[in-house]
Amino acid sequence: MELVFEWNWLPQLANGLVITIEITVICIAIGIVLGLLLAMARVYGSRWLSLPAAIYIQFFRGTPLLVQLFLVYFGLPTWGISLPPILSGILALGLNTAAYQAEYFRGAIQAVRGGQLMAARSVGMSLPQAIRYVILPQALRIVIPSWSNELILMLKYTSIVYMVTVLDLMGTGYRIAARNFRYFEVFIVVALFYLALVFIVTQLLRLLERKVHIPGLGAGARMEHH
Amino acid sequence: MSLLVVEDIHKKYGKEEVLKGVSFSLEKGETKVVIGPSGTGKSTLLRCINRLTPPDKGRVLLDGEDVTHPKSNINKLRAQMGFVFQDFNLFAHLTALGNVRLGPMKVKGMKKDAATKLAMEELARVGLADKADAYPAQLSGGQQQRVSIARALAMSPKLILFDEPTSALDPELIGEVLTVMIELAKEGMTMLVVSHEMGFARSVADEIIFMEHGVIVEQGPPDQLFNAPKHARTGEFLHKITELYGETA
Repeated sequence: MELVFEWNWLPQLANGLVITIEITVICIAIGIVLGLLLAMARVYGSRWLSLPAAIYIQFFRGTPLLVQLFLVYFGLPTWGISLPPILSGILALGLNTAAYQAEYFRGAIQAVRGGQLMAARSVGMSLPQAIRYVILPQALRIVIPSWSNELILMLKYTSIVYMVTVLDLMGTGYRIAARNFRYFEVFIVVALFYLALVFIVTQLLRLLERKVHIPGLGAGARMEHH
Repeated sequence: MSLLVVEDIHKKYGKEEVLKGVSFSLEKGETKVVIGPSGTGKSTLLRCINRLTPPDKGRVLLDGEDVTHPKSNINKLRAQMGFVFQDFNLFAHLTALGNVRLGPMKVKGMKKDAATKLAMEELARVGLADKADAYPAQLSGGQQQRVSIARALAMSPKLILFDEPTSALDPELIGEVLTVMIELAKEGMTMLVVSHEMGFARSVADEIIFMEHGVIVEQGPPDQLFNAPKHARTGEFLHKITELYGETA
């Protein structure tokens, strides 16, 4: 069988790619802010903050992303809230990644040695100051590798928004293929687009990790360092 | 009135009563050294004083201000009490300079330039001006501990609490830290030191406080405790640790 590729797919897919990037960036941003708040509620919050945060995290990690998307897109209108497809996708994905990021942030905050918080308090810093100037700068460095995984997963998971008619990279590919029946060729190109995006993001994150690395601390040096 | 008054401090961890009513006071410019077997509550006592560990009962007064009162401005009071930890606890993501100037900038609201100048002076005071740009992981234990002393000094504290400042150090690094501490004592810094460095205690302590099982067994000038202890247990303990640790300072 002969493979047929057409140049005119590319501008259409490029438009889809832009949508994919937009959704990813916005979702990740929502995830960072909400995820940090959830993580701090879990670590530093009283029961009344910690428990709702735990339930939130459990819900979004314990149910399929597609179910969450459908709850937002098809379910919310029941309550009179109708969001456009792309906003539904952003909301569902953002709330979802917040739960995962919260767990990564929580792990990283707890990986900062206990003496750091005590030392900050002993100088006279309040708890919020100690978190901001001492705990988070270290936790955010520790979290980069696992957070990178989440970002890359998220980038690929955005493809489910095609289910609610968003013309992201996936949705655009699907539309092209549904017209010309070149499913194999179209989705190979779509896959290559995702691959290139993931590659670039991975490289950027490696660069970031190297840039913020604390001199003298090796990858495994945390443990031996007194 | 004494600079620091510690009154009847009690602390329980679960069922175990670690401190069973500890009282003493510290005058301005005085150095007192707390000794005693491990597990006696010495570190807990230090942490109760600046409320890093809140005591169950009792009072701590710093210059007449009640540290233990729930409504006291604890951050302001802590800023007046330096704390030097056994395992240094330098902020791992900051250089030596960054460690020393963070408190003055964030707690005292000092401008960056002024805080940098102050921090450099304090680093020079502990002999580490040339290590200002080094990160904690790039420094030896002795250097890290001296940076942490500089960090405490930069807050211009009324007193400094030392929690076994040399016990995490290799023997050859202990001297450099003790030298700094002896210098501070001579300059009139008020210090409360949990330590088993008997040489240090004998040469700079105004008084030694011997604790065991959560109470103060005996306190008095080093000469008295070493040569004419009132309690047999005091003499026994002093004899033992002098044998074990020697007199390095």
